[in-house]
Amino acid sequence: MPKTLPWLAGGILLGAVFFLSVFLIKPIGVSTEFVITDGIIWNAVNPDIVIADEASKSGYSSPNAYLNSSDGKMAKAIENPVSYGMLFVASLMVGAFLSSLLKGDKPEGLQKSMPEVWASRFGESKMKRYVASFAAGFIVLFGARLAGGCTSGHMMSGIMQMSVSGFMFAAGAFAVGIPLAIILFNKKHDTE
Amino acid sequence: MTYALPIILGLLFGFALNRVGATNPQNIINMLRLRDTFLMKAIMLGIGIAAVLLFGGLMAGIVDPSHISIKKAYWGVLLGGALLGSGFAVAGYCPGTGLGAAMTGRKDAMFFVIGGLLGAFVYALIYGAIKDTALFDKVLGGAVTLADTGNEKSVTLMDGQWLGLVIGAAFIAIAAALPKRIL
Repeated sequence: MPKTLPWLAGGILLGAVFFLSVFLIKPIGVSTEFVITDGIIWNAVNPDIVIADEASKSGYSSPNAYLNSSDGKMAKAIENPVSYGMLFVASLMVGAFLSSLLKGDKPEGLQKSMPEVWASRFGESKMKRYVASFAAGFIVLFGARLAGGCTSGHMMSGIMQMSVSGFMFAAGAFAVGIPLAIILFNKKHDTE
Repeated sequence: MTYALPIILGLLFGFALNRVGATNPQNIINMLRLRDTFLMKAIMLGIGIAAVLLFGGLMAGIVDPSHISIKKAYWGVLLGGALLGSGFAVAGYCPGTGLGAAMTGRKDAMFFVIGGLLGAFVYALIYGAIKDTALFDKVLGGAVTLADTGNEKSVTLMDGQWLGLVIGAAFIAIAAALPKRIL
């Protein structure tokens, strides 16, 4: 198997995994687990952030409006961290790691800190790249939570199910992502 | 609750993200700047194949419609998507690929994930203040689809499941026709 699959084989693999998920149980999603992880840490520091509550449909509630939304669904997941979503995301991480060991995509040298396209545009300062990545991560997950899903849950899972929200999300993401990437990285006169 | 399914599907998904090159930010950025669209072709083909299998399976009665899960459409989806798109362009990571990339030894992805944990936390803190704003006004009735999924918790804008097949096929056609390099 090559390091990176050509688009045809890669697309078939992605399509198979997304279909299989819905066929067997439910669509793929990732970004909720970022909040659940935050909640687990928060609850460890302040145990009052998730409380058992018989009046709530999930059996749990939270003084935080977000964790308490959808009948305390997230509060419940924080109190019971070995959930479907958490196992799925943990396994995603292991799966990517295993693939990289089995001759998959694995960074070498400077790529461990930044992609070449970044280095050729913004230089090889690692600190600059790390600060930018941190800020980008902040905005990406803030945005994903506002949208109620990310590239996996909204774009791929959403559009395959013909969900209007999936098309909306993709429209927003590419309407900003494409011009911004062109402005940031497409220098005049460069050919590579 | 069975542990086997999320573990198997998660392993497969993480493996697939790495194999299609999505955990490499070079590929994401080159896709967004329209320099090398192989990943865009793979993603569109993946969506198309999944849609054709899903709606074909629904029509044949071999996919359980209760497995369908449709997220609500509201204005925050568009704004949130735009915010995600901006960070996607800068870092070359999205939430799933960032986690996968961090595990392949990419340190910038680790900073992305830590930033993401903080961004999600700040969202949880301010949600109470914004939850009653127009950002959360439903669009087209909320949990709506373009084709009938047969799922009880969502509604469809158009009758019939054939449209799911047609749009899925269109995605496959666009994936095949999209030039590798546009700019």
